[in-house]
Amino acid sequence: MTLPLSTGPHILGKRTTRGIMLDVLIALTPAAAAGVYLFGVRAAWVLGVAVASAVATEALWQRLSHRPLQVGDLSAVVTGLLLGLNLPSSAPLWLAAVGSAFAIVVVKQLFGGIGHNFLNPALAARAVLLTSWPARMTTFFLPERTLLPVASTAMVGDAVTSATPLVKSGTAMIDLFWGNIPGTIGEVCKAAILIGFIYLLVRNVIGPHIPVLFVGTVALMTWLLGGDPLTAILSGGVLLGAVFMATDYVTNPMLIVSQCLFAALCGVIVVVIRQSAGGYPEGVTYAILLMNVLTPLLDKLFKRRAYGEVKQRA
Amino acid sequence: MPSKGQKPSMGGVFLNGIFTENPTFRLVLGVCPTLAVTTSAINGVGMGLAATFVLLGSNLVISMLRKFIPDKVRIPAFVVVICTFVTMVQMLMQAFLPSLYASLGLFIPLIVVNCIILARAEAFASKHTVLASAMDGIGMGLGFTLALILLGSVREIVGNGTLFGLDILGAGFEPMLLLVLAPGAFITFGLLLGIINAIGNRGKTNKAAKGGARA
Repeated sequence: MTLPLSTGPHILGKRTTRGIMLDVLIALTPAAAAGVYLFGVRAAWVLGVAVASAVATEALWQRLSHRPLQVGDLSAVVTGLLLGLNLPSSAPLWLAAVGSAFAIVVVKQLFGGIGHNFLNPALAARAVLLTSWPARMTTFFLPERTLLPVASTAMVGDAVTSATPLVKSGTAMIDLFWGNIPGTIGEVCKAAILIGFIYLLVRNVIGPHIPVLFVGTVALMTWLLGGDPLTAILSGGVLLGAVFMATDYVTNPMLIVSQCLFAALCGVIVVVIRQSAGGYPEGVTYAILLMNVLTPLLDKLFKRRAYGEVKQRA
Repeated sequence: MPSKGQKPSMGGVFLNGIFTENPTFRLVLGVCPTLAVTTSAINGVGMGLAATFVLLGSNLVISMLRKFIPDKVRIPAFVVVICTFVTMVQMLMQAFLPSLYASLGLFIPLIVVNCIILARAEAFASKHTVLASAMDGIGMGLGFTLALILLGSVREIVGNGTLFGLDILGAGFEPMLLLVLAPGAFITFGLLLGIINAIGNRGKTNKAAKGGARA
């Protein structure tokens, strides 16, 4: 009988980065498809350029810095697609290209590549674009086509809305749900995002606690402050952010309990930014980025003591 | 920097401040004014030259007085000398360059607490001859000025589409506003710091690779 000796790990899971990223891409497909259907070919171009730029800059960077080529893990595709979904369909193509390049080079690769970025690359790039070209980032087209007949009264009128309030008065709840509203490519169709969420849950890529607590806190806080919780959830990027961005493995804490706190604080910050009316109608991007920065502290706060370890006195 | 024992050459002292020990990109001193005023290239020139004047003056005087200042009270004595020159720069600038003075604002009096100046007084001028200290002051000052111009140029070109106030990128270019804002200062400074150190270290790593392992 042979007893081979080797160092751990001895049991390898079948799950790979590429597999997880592929699942995320599949989960994002309904939202992307709905965005392209609603906003037309223009949206497809924005998404395409964002993805292509992310993949190209990642490959180029790894080539030029003599690092192993890891574009095959599809994480750059996810970053590019997420950024594209966070852009309005009116965005010029160079904006998508610049945003993806910034996300990959500055936010991801300069901090050590996949697994080492302290911010969600797509969201950090969105924040940079929003600060640099505010008018470009807040010019939203109305959907070209609609899913189901439009119920709202606010839909007729101007084709381009700029720097709108989060929800125009007179928008029906059903339109918020199906995406018959102006907004970024990926955030408008809540039905498609929920399909993606269910797929991720079934494939066990993410747990339900972060999105549920995030959205729940937004609803609760809005209700406490006298707003309509359902409108708050269905407007803006809350669902897209809660399902796809707050659940990013790299930039949220390690433990379930700290992840719950992370998600709840995200929700609180979203409502605080929305209610404070400081020129920003939407706060999902900044809420998640702020909590990304706090993630190392949350990890420290909930650090588990090893068995038998004596608590050190400060 | 040449060690204390051997006599430093004047040219070496001068170039030391610009390249080997560039205060901004090598020593990373005086970062606060660096980040705050470099929204345009002309601000970089103004701030850099003001600091150069103070460096030259304080290095000269401190080097002259190095034998008289008791060791225990040297820091307050240095600060008094530095304050004198900063006040002169501030008044001169207010009188003759009012627009530059307005755009640099608070950061002119804050040259007093600029680490570069106190660091050179402590590390160089109080130990070397008057002539060498003057060369060090000019070298360090110019190194600081060049770094500020570089940072200011990058931020002005990308963030505003202009260089020294001239429109160089045309009307089709949409400036990236972030770069002239505070976060842009940190991002640009970090990127330039990385690039310049990567270039500066290239020769060293090659030598180390040839010569075997390096500690």
